[in-house]
Amino acid sequence: MSDKTAFDRVQLARHPDRPYTLDLIGKIFDDFVELHGDRRFSDDAAIVAGFASIEKMQVAVVGHQKGRDMQSRKARNFGMPKPEGYRKALRVMKIAEKFSRPVITFVDTPGAYPGIDAEERGQAEAIAYNLREMARLRTPVIVVVIGEGGSGGALAIGVGDRILMMENAIYSVISPEGCAAILWKDASFAPKAAQALRLTAKDLFEFGVVDEVVPEDDGWFVSDETTSSLLKRSILKHLSDLCLLSTEELLRLRYEKFRKMGLFFEASF
Amino acid sequence: MSWFRRKKPKITELVDDKERTVRTEGVFIKCSECGAALYKGELEESEYVCPKCGYHFRMGARERLKRLFDNGIYEPLDEGVMSSDPLEFFDSKSYKQRIEEAKAASGLPEAVVTGKGVVGGHLVFAGVMDMSFIGGSMGSAVGEKITRLIERAIKERGAVVIFSASGGARMQEGILSLMQMAKISAALGRLHEERLPYISVMTDPTTGGVTASFAMLGDVNIAEPKALIGFAGPRVIEQTIRQKLPKGFQRSEFLLEHGMLDMVVDRRQMRQTIIRLLDFMMNDSLTRK
Ligand SMILES: [Zn+2]
Repeated sequence: MSDKTAFDRVQLARHPDRPYTLDLIGKIFDDFVELHGDRRFSDDAAIVAGFASIEKMQVAVVGHQKGRDMQSRKARNFGMPKPEGYRKALRVMKIAEKFSRPVITFVDTPGAYPGIDAEERGQAEAIAYNLREMARLRTPVIVVVIGEGGSGGALAIGVGDRILMMENAIYSVISPEGCAAILWKDASFAPKAAQALRLTAKDLFEFGVVDEVVPEDDGWFVSDETTSSLLKRSILKHLSDLCLLSTEELLRLRYEKFRKMGLFFEASF
Repeated sequence: MSWFRRKKPKITELVDDKERTVRTEGVFIKCSECGAALYKGELEESEYVCPKCGYHFRMGARERLKRLFDNGIYEPLDEGVMSSDPLEFFDSKSYKQRIEEAKAASGLPEAVVTGKGVVGGHLVFAGVMDMSFIGGSMGSAVGEKITRLIERAIKERGAVVIFSASGGARMQEGILSLMQMAKISAALGRLHEERLPYISVMTDPTTGGVTASFAMLGDVNIAEPKALIGFAGPRVIEQTIRQKLPKGFQRSEFLLEHGMLDMVVDRRQMRQTIIRLLDFMMNDSLTRK
């Protein structure tokens, strides 16, 4: 549906009936063993992580998790992880690396939690460390942006060999509301900011940030099996491609993938 | 030092008065912390630290580089890498215009200045961010310059030292700014595997995507006293939790207490501290000559 505005997609990406990570685990994978805790401080329910199987293949799955009713939303902290969430995510990815199993991550967060406790325990360090370690994780990593890709809090589980994005998902350096509040001094300019930020899947594909856009019908809802099976097929295709590469080749290509991101001007003197 | 001078004739010595962040219209400068009237020359002498109360004034990037390297000598790197406008971003003014204004106001080509030189006899690749260029924000050009800096250090077996000062990723380049976090962190991963040193120095303020990528990834993380350092900005946190933040929250000393920093170092001891750390981390022949 190309007649949608950027802000229409922002709202679809945040729609409460859109599949969350645990919904997708139920739809795409045969089973799931959830693992808990970061071994440092606690277990963060805003991120789920564990072992799953997909068409008889063993994979690790890591994803942001939002809640649907008020109680579960609170329990999941609206999908906004604290450092322990990111540290749990990496812990499970390292187990996958140890046993040579691919990793699949699902990105769906408004952002990393901005709170006193999160800062005290090193929110910035937790994100930074994940970026560095995911870049050199010695096993294939497929990232799927399923809903909201909220800045550094999304990227912290978003470094991989393939980045897939659902047609109506968004991925941005800052929320449209946050951007509007800073640049237009008025959060109600969010639709305008959403347009300016170029945060849709199509934009990201054009910038070379995203490798594939998975088409949705008119939005993507929990009841919609067609889109979910399209996503499954796409994940399987990329898994089989990546498993053909040697670890050295995989890591070299992953480095080059991020190395060439960005557009700048170079003057010669 | 002479080996270095011979190899690269491009070496420049830089002190340019208009690049100093301290306002120097008058002979006296008022300390924003204790109110003392400080003589301009005295302040320069003390590296822009108030001799009365220890307040650290913000310091320009070129000034900082010059004071880091032995004899103030370094080779500027990638000065031609500058921001373009990939999103054709426009708010109250165009991003293109903001870039031009930032260049004129700061006298810098970008929000980070990088250079190669020798520090205490060690080969060092240093980057310094500058708040006077669009709030020290990180877009594609900043990401590219820092990544090239790290890749050069790997190629030439040098250390990396980065002084951060930044409001975070630059909004006007959208997702491309965010991806610089991953790009730089991946390069730091390679530096780490090459067992080369990286010292991160956080200055006031270091927030957002810069803190959440390269600033926190040092083998040793240092901060200047009382610098604001965090992931989320204090205003965002206050709006989220709807309460006032405790005094000293997100300041260097708070981060040290919570285990995020190795040390808080007065600017006047910074160069000596960095040299001491490099003596440990670099087993190069330069020092032993
Ligand atoms: Zn003072």
